[in-house]
Order: sequence, then structure tokens, then C-alpha cells
Amino acid sequence: MRKIWLIIKREYLVRVRKKSFIVMTIVGPLLMAALLIVPSYLAYESQEIRIIAIEEDGFEFSNQIEDTEFLNFSKITSEESSFLKTNFEESAYYAILYIEKENFTLFSNHQISLSVSSDIENQLEKIIEHQKLKAAGIDLTILEEAESTVKIVTKIISEKGNTSNSQAEASMGIGFICGILIYMFIFMYGTMVMRGVIEEKTSRIVEVIISSVKPFQLMMGKILGVALVGLTQFALWILLTFVLAGIVEFAFMDINSITTELNPEQQSIILSEISNFMGGINLLQIFISFIFYFLAGYLMYSALFAAVGSAVDAEADTQQFVLPITIPLLLSFILIQPIMENPDGPLAFWMSIIPFTSPVIMMVRLPFGVANWELFLSVGILILSFILTAWLAGKIYRTGILMYGKKASYKELWKWLTYKQ
Amino acid sequence: MQENLLIVKDVVKQYGDYLALNKVSISVPKGSIYGLLGPNGAGKTTLMRIINQITAPDSGSLLFNGVPLTKHHIAEIGYLPEERGLYNKMKVGEQALYLAQLKGMSYAEALDKLKFWFEKLDIISWWNKTVEELSKGMAQKIQFIVTVIHEPKLLIFDEPFSGFDPINAAIIRQEILELSKKGTTIIFSTHRMESVEEICSHIALISKSQTILEGPIEEIKKQFTNSTYEIITANKELMETDCFTIINKKGNTFQILLKEGKSQQEVLQSIIKDIEITSFKKETPSMEEIFIKAVSNA
Repeated sequence: MRKIWLIIKREYLVRVRKKSFIVMTIVGPLLMAALLIVPSYLAYESQEIRIIAIEEDGFEFSNQIEDTEFLNFSKITSEESSFLKTNFEESAYYAILYIEKENFTLFSNHQISLSVSSDIENQLEKIIEHQKLKAAGIDLTILEEAESTVKIVTKIISEKGNTSNSQAEASMGIGFICGILIYMFIFMYGTMVMRGVIEEKTSRIVEVIISSVKPFQLMMGKILGVALVGLTQFALWILLTFVLAGIVEFAFMDINSITTELNPEQQSIILSEISNFMGGINLLQIFISFIFYFLAGYLMYSALFAAVGSAVDAEADTQQFVLPITIPLLLSFILIQPIMENPDGPLAFWMSIIPFTSPVIMMVRLPFGVANWELFLSVGILILSFILTAWLAGKIYRTGILMYGKKASYKELWKWLTYKQ
Repeated sequence: MQENLLIVKDVVKQYGDYLALNKVSISVPKGSIYGLLGPNGAGKTTLMRIINQITAPDSGSLLFNGVPLTKHHIAEIGYLPEERGLYNKMKVGEQALYLAQLKGMSYAEALDKLKFWFEKLDIISWWNKTVEELSKGMAQKIQFIVTVIHEPKLLIFDEPFSGFDPINAAIIRQEILELSKKGTTIIFSTHRMESVEEICSHIALISKSQTILEGPIEEIKKQFTNSTYEIITANKELMETDCFTIINKKGNTFQILLKEGKSQQEVLQSIIKDIEITSFKKETPSMEEIFIKAVSNA
């Protein structure tokens, strides 16, 4: 026990002290924040006000077309228009809208943005629509009154008969994030274990170490040490994200002041909307399950990655063995979308029971609500699978780490499995 | 009778279809320097791995100090494998401490002993260097230290001198002899027969997965000594008598083989009256000759 602890400690400290770990820990949340902030910032920045010139005989449309937030319209004469067409570069206009009866053409010296043309299209369509309705003798005020919006509230009836609000959007968001995180974690740290094993094998340190510890201890020590590295990184990311969010909030105080300006009634409405949004999702259950699938999924896969690492002499040779391991993982990643659309279907059910896909898929399903027996079945199978893979991987590992220069094949691996100790 | 520290009896190890060890038995006396010899692929490494409990034998038994070998004995055995390495990116001192603790030493004890050895071999300045900064020979010194650091009763060295320049090889040989003097039993595998002759007290020869020769080095040499003598004459040609035949001749040096039932005295008497002899020496085979002879006969 003391020895495995020593191994865990070394594996952990060596990795946590690495520059790449420190960089990833700091850059990770920044990158994440940048991914969220930059696109919306850019989208906002590019929304300058554009002026569209309208050339029309008469005022049929040009009188009714209205300026919007980002578009201004101004009527020009045909003389101005022909002058503009030759000197467009110098003008302040974004485009010229040429109207002839019900034919509309936009002229510009560059590609016209889709949002501009669709904005104009919508306005023109509405104007024509209204004209037709008027011609048919329908009063517009009646039409406005008739317009209505409906919002359906969906509720889940639990076994005890209580109802709670269901929120597909929130469920999808949480499920998606959890699924992706687990997928990333298994991949990143599984290959980290594999690389560690290859390093020990190629440097031949393994020969020295296994005269003091059992190969299985060495393998498990490495797997657990790397798991702690992963948890540390994850915890630091969460911490840093909160700190970063705090800084951002502080830097943009005006956002804060808006919320404080709201009267208590409005505030309580917002709060209840938030709790509505998240209500019906068992956050505690999701958190505990996340940590479990996070660890158990990683443990099972990393045992397989360790076995692969022990079977090869260099990282370049890992391909043929890594592929079958990563296929179920990739499959579960690809199937996140369809499963979110039908989280109770047979595909979702089986994928969340099969241990190779359950860590990702069960986390995607959980926010939508999963029956307890399904969850327990999935957890139980995953634990058993971990024990089984660790046992099998241990057998391959203890033979593999002492084999050099021999290109391992599947047949060879099978032989190793059948060797006595 | 000398007591044995390690007895390996009828050990069999099979890898798939390949029989790596076929009923191999050796007895390693306490305090001996025991040379484990054999051609490549004879099964030496497998035997050493079995003694270190890295792999288990299919059948056969191992006794350590009179009791069956168990995992508690790991702390009493030090193993320097032929294929040895270190973590390249780890600092020398930290790494040595880690490996020493894996042997079961406490941190304080390990630190103490390491400081002693690093000073003894004059490498204390390497403590905070990473292994990649060291040469191969330097790394070998570290590996030697971590092998002996826990002062085991039995040390197993597989090709300990490979990778060392002659000066450092001499230093390591000195250290090995010193450890032996202190009572440590040493099993020692090498292809260099001259170093076997120099330092081993006992040997075992393994070929084709079997022990074909075992015992104190003197006895083995005696076994392989047949009645050949080397005679150097002053000037005259040596003529065969009814006591011996000449099997080789090079200038004034003759290699002769005694005929059955004849003694050294009779040979000398039969030639001394005609010929002036400057040297008359019984030939003992070198370990290399024994090795080649035994392996090709087996």
C-alpha cells in the first residue's frame, strides 16, 4: 500500500510541476471565456449603422420603409442614382435599392451581407402584404388584435405525484457540457497514461522498478496518479473560471447597476425565472453522477490505454490498438446530438448501459431525468467493467512491459493474456 | 559444508510454446560471487526475473536463506537488470530517493544512505541535475547506487560493466568486491569471461534452458583439465615417447597429452636425459575455453 502511494505521489507531482500543466490550467479557462465572449463581442462590434439609398419612381415603398436599428434609408433621385453608380466608392451609402414596380434590386460595390438583404426583404414583404390585405378589405387593426403568442409550460410528474417544470433547453445545455467534459477528460488523461507507460518502457526504468513493486501496482499507481492530476486541473479550472467571472463582473460594473436598478418585483420575477429554468433538474444528482462517471469512465479506459502502452515500443506503433478503444468513445461523442433529441429512446437507453459509452451518454441523459434503476444498472455495470478491464489490462501490461523489439499483434496480446503470472 | 543463501530447484518456465527454463537448479553459497553464464537466449534473464519475483516459475521451488522465497524477500534482494534506465526528465536525487523508498526504505534512511554513496563515488554535484544531462556511464553509476542502497543480502548484477569506461568499470568492480567482503552474496551475469575469472568464486553455466555446469570455479577448472602440458625446450626438437603424444607445436613450445596411466613424473623422466627443458607447466583451461567447450558439447 505504501508503495502504490509512493507511485501515485510521483506520477502526480511530476505532472503537476510540468510547465505544460500550469499553462493549460491558466490558459484553459481563458480560452473557454474567449470562446464565449469573442464571437458575441465581434458580432456586436460589426453592427454599424448602414445607409441604403432608395431609387424609386414615386413613393409607394420608400415612404413606408422604416429605419431600423442598424439600417437607415434615404430616397434619392434618378440623377443622383446614375451619378452614384459611377462614384459609389466615395459615397457614404452601403447600397442602392432600386425599385421598379415590384422588382427590387440591391446594388453595391461589395458583397451585401445576408442580414441586410433579409431585413429589407422582410420589410418589403410586409408592405406588399398589407397592401393586399387592404385591397381585400380587411381592417389592419383587427389583424393586429388577432395576433397572439402561446407558450407551453412542460411539467414532469414524478413517482410521488409531484410535478416539476421541465426545461429541455437547460437539460440539453447541462447534459451537453457534462458529456463533452467527460469525453475530453477520458481522451486527454487516457493517452497521458499511455504515454507514461511507453516512456517507462522505452527508458527501461520499468525493469528497475518492477523488481521492487508488482507490475499491477505500478500500473494502478500511474492510473490513479494521473486521475488526481485530472481532478486537480478540473478543480482549478472551476476555481479560475469563478475568479475570472468575478473580475469580468467587476470590470463591467454597469451590467451590475442595471440589475440593481430593477425594482424588487422585477428582481423576484427574474429569480423565479432562473429557478424555473433550472427547476426539475436534480443538480446534486448530476454533480455526484458527473464525478462518478468522470472517474469510472476514465479508470476503465485508462486501464486499456495502459495495456496498449505496454504492448508497443514507441508511440507511433499505438495506432492499431488505440483505434478500437477510441471508436466507442468517438461514437458516444457523435451520438450526443441525436440522444439529446430523444433522451428516452432505445438508443439512448442501451448506450447509457453499455460501459464503453455510458460515461458520456448517461451524463447527456441525466438532466432529462432517468429512472433510478437505469442509473444503478449503468453504474454497477461500469464498476464491474472497470474491474474486468483492469484485470485484463494488468495481464497484458505485466508481460508487455518486459517485451522489447517484438511487434505485438492481437494474437500476441491474446497469448500474453493466457500466460500464467 | 557452506550454507546456501539461495537454492533454485527444478525451475521450469514456459512462454507459450517456448521453454525458457527446463528444470534449472542452482545453489548459491552465502558470501560467494556467483557467476551466471550462458549464451544469449539461454534463459539467464528469465532465471534472474524469477529470483526477483518479477515472473513466477511454472514449477519448481526457490529457497532464500532456507525458507521459501516470498515477496517479503524483495527488500533483501537488489537487482541491476541488463536493460536498465531512469526517468530522463527527473532530477537525479529525487529519482534515487523514489527508487530507494520503493525498496522499502524510509525517506530519512534513504536520504542518509544516498548522501553517503553519492559522496563515496564523488557525484554529489549531480544531485539536482536531470538524468538527460548525464552521460550513459554517469547514469549507470546512479543505477548501481540504487541497486545496492538498501544493503540487501543478495545482489544480482546483469552485465554490470557494460556502458562503463575502463576507469569507472574498475571503480564499480572495486565496490562489488568490497560489498562481497562485507558478506553480501552476489550473483553476477556477464559475457566477459575474463571478469568472471577475476572475481567469481562459483559459476553456473546455463545453455538451452538447462544448467549444464555448476560449482566452485576451481573444481570446474579441474574437471576440464585433461592431461595436457606445455613444454618449452631450450633448443632441441621434442620427440614423442611412449608416455605422451604431441598435439601442438609452435617453435620451441610443445603442447603434449599424457597417455592413459602415465604420470607427470614419468613424462619428465622420459625426456629429461635428452633435452634441456626451460618450462614444464600443466595447462588449465581458461573460462572462455570451458564456456565454449561446455556449450558446444551440450
